[in-house]
Amino acid sequence: MPTPGIPIEYFVVLSAVLFVMGVLGVLVRRNAIMIFMSVELMLNAANLALVAFSRQWGDVGGQLFVFFVMTVAAAEVAVGLALIVAIFKAKKSIDIDELISMQG
Amino acid sequence: MFNFATLVPWMVFLPLIGMGINLVYGKRLGERNVGLIASAAVGIPFLIAVGLGMWLAQNNFAAALINPPILDGWISIPSAALEIPWQFRVDTLSVTMMLVITGVGFLIHVYSIGYMHGDARYPRFFVYLNLFVAFMLILVSANNFLMMFVGWEGVGLCSFLLIGFWFDRKKGEGWRNSNAARKAFIVNRVGDFGFMLAIFLTFWTFGTLDYSKPGEAALRAPDTTITDSVSGQITTSAVVVKPIPGVGVFGMAQQWLNEGGHKVRFGSWDVSFTVVLTLITLFMLLGVTGKSAQLPLMTWLPDAMAGPTPVSALIHAATMVTAGIYLITRSNVFFHGSPFTSGVVTLVGALTAAYAGFIAIGQWDIKKVLAYSTVSQLGFMVAAAGVGAYTVAFFHLVTHAFFKGLLFLSAGSVIHGVEHGNHAVSAHGDVGAHGSTHSTHDDHFTLDESTDVAAHGSTHGATNTPIAEEADHEAPFDAQDMRNMGGLRTKMPTTFWVYLIGTLALAGIFPFAGFWSKDDILAATFQAALGDGQIVAYLAFGLLLLAAFFTAFYMWRQIRLVFLGKPRTVAADHAVESAPVMLWPLIILAALAAVGGALNLPTAFESVLGGFKPEILSNWLAHSVTFVPEVSFNIVLAITALGVAVGAILIANYVYGRANPLTKKGDDPLMARTETRRIFELSNAKLFHDEIYDVTVVQPFIRASDTLAGPIDRGIIDRGFLGIGGLVRGIAYRLRGLQTGYVRTYTVTMLVGVLIVLFVILYPLLRQLAGGQ
Repeated sequence: MPTPGIPIEYFVVLSAVLFVMGVLGVLVRRNAIMIFMSVELMLNAANLALVAFSRQWGDVGGQLFVFFVMTVAAAEVAVGLALIVAIFKAKKSIDIDELISMQG
Repeated sequence: MFNFATLVPWMVFLPLIGMGINLVYGKRLGERNVGLIASAAVGIPFLIAVGLGMWLAQNNFAAALINPPILDGWISIPSAALEIPWQFRVDTLSVTMMLVITGVGFLIHVYSIGYMHGDARYPRFFVYLNLFVAFMLILVSANNFLMMFVGWEGVGLCSFLLIGFWFDRKKGEGWRNSNAARKAFIVNRVGDFGFMLAIFLTFWTFGTLDYSKPGEAALRAPDTTITDSVSGQITTSAVVVKPIPGVGVFGMAQQWLNEGGHKVRFGSWDVSFTVVLTLITLFMLLGVTGKSAQLPLMTWLPDAMAGPTPVSALIHAATMVTAGIYLITRSNVFFHGSPFTSGVVTLVGALTAAYAGFIAIGQWDIKKVLAYSTVSQLGFMVAAAGVGAYTVAFFHLVTHAFFKGLLFLSAGSVIHGVEHGNHAVSAHGDVGAHGSTHSTHDDHFTLDESTDVAAHGSTHGATNTPIAEEADHEAPFDAQDMRNMGGLRTKMPTTFWVYLIGTLALAGIFPFAGFWSKDDILAATFQAALGDGQIVAYLAFGLLLLAAFFTAFYMWRQIRLVFLGKPRTVAADHAVESAPVMLWPLIILAALAAVGGALNLPTAFESVLGGFKPEILSNWLAHSVTFVPEVSFNIVLAITALGVAVGAILIANYVYGRANPLTKKGDDPLMARTETRRIFELSNAKLFHDEIYDVTVVQPFIRASDTLAGPIDRGIIDRGFLGIGGLVRGIAYRLRGLQTGYVRTYTVTMLVGVLIVLFVILYPLLRQLAGGQ
């Protein structure tokens, strides 16, 4: 089904930009919470792309997938934040560069 | 109708039950109950054995096979047509052994109640003894070689456990004991290997291991269904079955020997049956030399005296070591069918008899003398079996069980008394104070522990230490060394008299038991030499006569050194008589040793005896032993043998007759003369057999083990595996640098990886796009 209004390229580009921002955030940030938010950004960039293409092809499958991603993301946040709290209690810091006890 | 023979499984179960009770509750029951349970667990089987003997007499002495309700199809592989049942055999031969084992065994159990008093591991001793009796009864009541082998190995195990019973004694004695146990076990392993080969060959040759197969159910217990006489299958309840004559290894062997020309197939070779039979019997002989301590495997038995004295009496004199004689007698068809092996058997027995008899002369340890004497007497039995006089060998086995059991137990009583004397001396520190405290020792070994402790606490509290700790005294005093004895006749009168009876019986003095059985053996070898013209029998006869001389000599030396003369140590001077619980078994055994010859008096005496039957044992055994020789009493021979024994006693009496027989240096009087000095030294050094074995067998073996352990195991094999491990570790060490621990590193790695994968997947698309432009 052809789509009136905003063409698909805009969505894809926005999604790509968001995703790259997320990747860069994960790579350069040292605060665990910031890394976490960057991961969320990457997930939502993917969600955007999914919704856009869903609309492009008139297939609800993409939108359905987004719900799954959101559920998983919520669960992941719950676990991840709990981990961060635990780490903070133990180390008094959530600087990711200090968590290198697995160094070989 | 109740069938008595069905009780035979209880012969084995009862000692096992006794063992189980003492094993679980031994610590809580107290010494008296432990001893009573263990004794009853052997005493009741004795009554059963007596009943079995009467049952046999009622049923025309016919052998019967009994399958116990459990363990019926013991080993059964239908596809290979292999069927080895757990099956008891009641015939005159096995019942004779059962009577000896449980009868003498019961007396020794009772004796042990007193002897082991105060030992730290009192219940365990009886557990082992009961286990031994159970295995020994399995050995003799088996109806096939495999079941016999179970007993054969089991008694070996118990022997090991009991020789090393005092493994934890201090001052190196514990090591000596456990080394003796190991030696016995390892030397026996050589013999057992021979027996195993004999079993394999037997099975290959005959396709079965049963002595005879079950046939018709002539006698059966009520409410049992039974048996197809063709296939010989039996139902699972305890059933008495008559064996089919001629089926089973012995019947088949006899048939093939009579027919002649039978071949046994080994792969592509056909081997004559007589050759195979010779091989089987030679391998069996190897087993016999191990278990019955014959040359060349006799070295373990003298060392086995490290065990407690009741063990020496029960296992290493009366029962286990006679298992070899039992094996030969049971397989008399085999041995009779192989003249070559019989010659070897004769020679081995006679050589051992003379050899061990000679060594016994030069020993100082009271138990070592008896140990070599046992080896020597077993040699007599083996020699008798070698010339085909199986029943005669068995006669000597029975009388030997009486008088050697008696001698060992009396020796135990002597050791006990001397240890006690030593104890009293070391407790008081001076000799003068002794006369008054003497009487208090007499009641030391009573069954009632409370009075015992009370008596001791009041007289000299410090001396109430267990016997097992005796070795911890500072100055090692050897209570078994005859040099430390002398003059015990007045201190231990009962022990002296029973010991004297045992000595006379062993020396073969008329009319004690040993005279009759030893004379029978000499007559049998003499007959084989002159009558059948067997060359080895001449040699054997001479050697046995020599051994008889040695026997009388060393026994009288012992009497002189131990009981007569004057006490040579303070300990001997203060020795005390043992408790009644130890003396009563001695008295009963002494009575048996005195009159045991009545079991098998020569037929020549029939007119003198009146209503009393001669040759009772031979006729009784003739129902299960196929080849019973006619050994005729030879008055000249008997007088010669008696003369030899009496002469030896007189010589010994002359040599050791002084009040203190030892020389000034504390040596044997034989050492004082140059001509006898060498002989004594050789005998004392045991003809260097331990040294010879050490150089020829033990040292090469240790060297080979060292080579395998050092250069080969540690050098090649270990180094190989360590090398592989080191290599893996080295690689891992270099790779571990990849793990930085920074989340960032992993993220980048992942990203790069994803990008590469994406690129690979999308590359064709990109190319297309590029090409399209």
